[in-house]
Amino acid sequence: MSTTKTAPAQADSSPVRPRWQTLLIRPETMTFMLLVVGVFGGSVLSPFFLDLSYILRSFTLYSELAIVALVLTMVIIAGEIDLSPAANMALSACIFAWAQASGVPIPLAIVIGLLSGLAMGALNAFLVIGLQLPSIIVTIGTLTLFRGLAQVLAGDKSIRVPEWFIGVDKIMLAGIPLPVVLFIVLAIGLGIVLGGTIFGRNIYQIGTNEVAARHAGIRSARIKSSLFLLVGLVASVAGIMTASRLGSVRYDIAAGGELQMVLMAMLGGTYIFGGRGTILGTFLAAWLLVIVSTGMIVANVLPAVQLVVLGGLLIVAIIATNLIYSRTQR
Amino acid sequence: MTTLRKIFLRREAGIAVMIVLFCLAVGAVKPQFLTLDQLRIILLLTPLVMIGAMGQMLVIVARHVDLSIGSMLGVSAMVSGMLYRYDATWFGVDMPWWGGIPISIVVGALLGLGNGLLITLFRLPAIIVTLGTLSLYRGLTFIISNAKQIDRQWIPSELKGLAQTSPIMGIPWIIFIAFGVALATYFFAMHTRVGRQIFALGSNPVAAPLRGIKVNQVTLLVFAISGALSGLAGILYASRWGFVNPSNTGSGFEFQVIAAVVIGGASINGGVGTVLGTVLGVLLLGCVSAALPLLGIPGTSQAAIYGAVILIALVIDRSVRQQGIASLKRARA
Repeated sequence: MSTTKTAPAQADSSPVRPRWQTLLIRPETMTFMLLVVGVFGGSVLSPFFLDLSYILRSFTLYSELAIVALVLTMVIIAGEIDLSPAANMALSACIFAWAQASGVPIPLAIVIGLLSGLAMGALNAFLVIGLQLPSIIVTIGTLTLFRGLAQVLAGDKSIRVPEWFIGVDKIMLAGIPLPVVLFIVLAIGLGIVLGGTIFGRNIYQIGTNEVAARHAGIRSARIKSSLFLLVGLVASVAGIMTASRLGSVRYDIAAGGELQMVLMAMLGGTYIFGGRGTILGTFLAAWLLVIVSTGMIVANVLPAVQLVVLGGLLIVAIIATNLIYSRTQR
Repeated sequence: MTTLRKIFLRREAGIAVMIVLFCLAVGAVKPQFLTLDQLRIILLLTPLVMIGAMGQMLVIVARHVDLSIGSMLGVSAMVSGMLYRYDATWFGVDMPWWGGIPISIVVGALLGLGNGLLITLFRLPAIIVTLGTLSLYRGLTFIISNAKQIDRQWIPSELKGLAQTSPIMGIPWIIFIAFGVALATYFFAMHTRVGRQIFALGSNPVAAPLRGIKVNQVTLLVFAISGALSGLAGILYASRWGFVNPSNTGSGFEFQVIAAVVIGGASINGGVGTVLGTVLGVLLLGCVSAALPLLGIPGTSQAAIYGAVILIALVIDRSVRQQGIASLKRARA
């Protein structure tokens, strides 16, 4: 009798795969394998790729975008998208640089920059959650607005920052540049939040089925708003770090950064329709992207071809991720 | 309800009133804004955006968005520019000056079809696909041109003439072409079966296939049209400005066009959008762009204005929708 009881449940579900198989077809595993292949291919190309400090130094160029991509991953898992953080980086960097150039002491200027980033996140949150407008179009609008305001503020000139403020990427902690340390720490922190807390589980539920999540008592508006605010804040941190790395600020810093951020999230296996993805994936994908980009530079690939590769990679990544998810579920 | 009242309640009336008020306000400060000469300047600012906006409107009506139009504009202008530069021959005869027009349209249509295929075959969201092709097509522009600009001397003077000479009343050809495209779009969207299917698809993507609409074909067509019109805008860019630059040509075009389309009343929730509204939206943006230098506002503020316009239009769109829902409820009660 007991067998008849369990039979229907078993007939419904497909045979259970062995654990190694489910692990193997996770998108993160794919990213990891690509990363290994990338390092191997790169080291054939140039011995520099076996030099960890060279890779770390290359990573600092992308670390600002990678830091924002970590938070963006959570936004995408929650079923929304934010295309504005790159423009946010530019505007908050411009506001910071403009404030300190007009005599505000640097610490206060940093606070102003961070607050402006937070305000930009709040604007997105208000439009997307408060007014319930689709985040796709809203963030295209705020992307244009932020970048445009940065242009109004800075014009075509570049604003210099003081000598002592330059070089956040030259500060080393245990031989690792500070931006990379920040990226790793943030990845661990957000990974714990997303994977190990109720808040994190709620994000997945909102992304899987927002109506159901709300009926289950999850405050989706509050959680999504906090994610948009966090993206805004982290983007301004990234913007100010970029200012320190470059030594001057122009309105077009991080131009086209939205593509690279979305690319990092997609390469790491974040599902574009929400509900799936991990911080680990984005973490690995950021390294993969750095290896690919650096590899192209070392191999003397034209910048134009790099544009084609990045665009193509985005489309391939999202097709592959969708395929993997449709195989493993439904 | 009288006919007059119906006209005033339409969305387009609101935009028209905004245009008039804006022009009067600027004219009050700078009287030279209200001259015929200025009208010509405004009209000359609009044709490219208007042509792009017609394609983007159809895309938005179908509940998608196309971010790659600026890059498609760049590639198709560059292909034609390269053909002019290297004196391509057609079946043994030199390429005529108008040869770039069909070529650009076909190139644009193919690129748009590429977008559409990725979106329909793999069921991907248009925003990510076109974000990718925005970069990919821009890279193509550099590759085919070897990162070199097509200079003035290579563009046939007859082609450049389209932006200067006029068949009637001093209005250049490209303005007629733009309004011709708008008329054709009107006919296509309102009076053909496929055109109406785009609206049906956008208003309810789930119900559309149940009513026998071939969703994939319609989506492909919409993106191909968007590409083809970007291609036309590309060759007219060469005509209007007399050069094609791999990095500048068409960059940022998508934001102007999206701003014009959403201010023109196309709903981002799909299914709603009119040609007249889009034309008025383009004209409103044209007025704003023309007024900036007169008012002494630096040109660098243009992008910020486009961004603000998009957001304001979205908020207006939402309040209009809210009102519609409220009036439906009242009618039912």
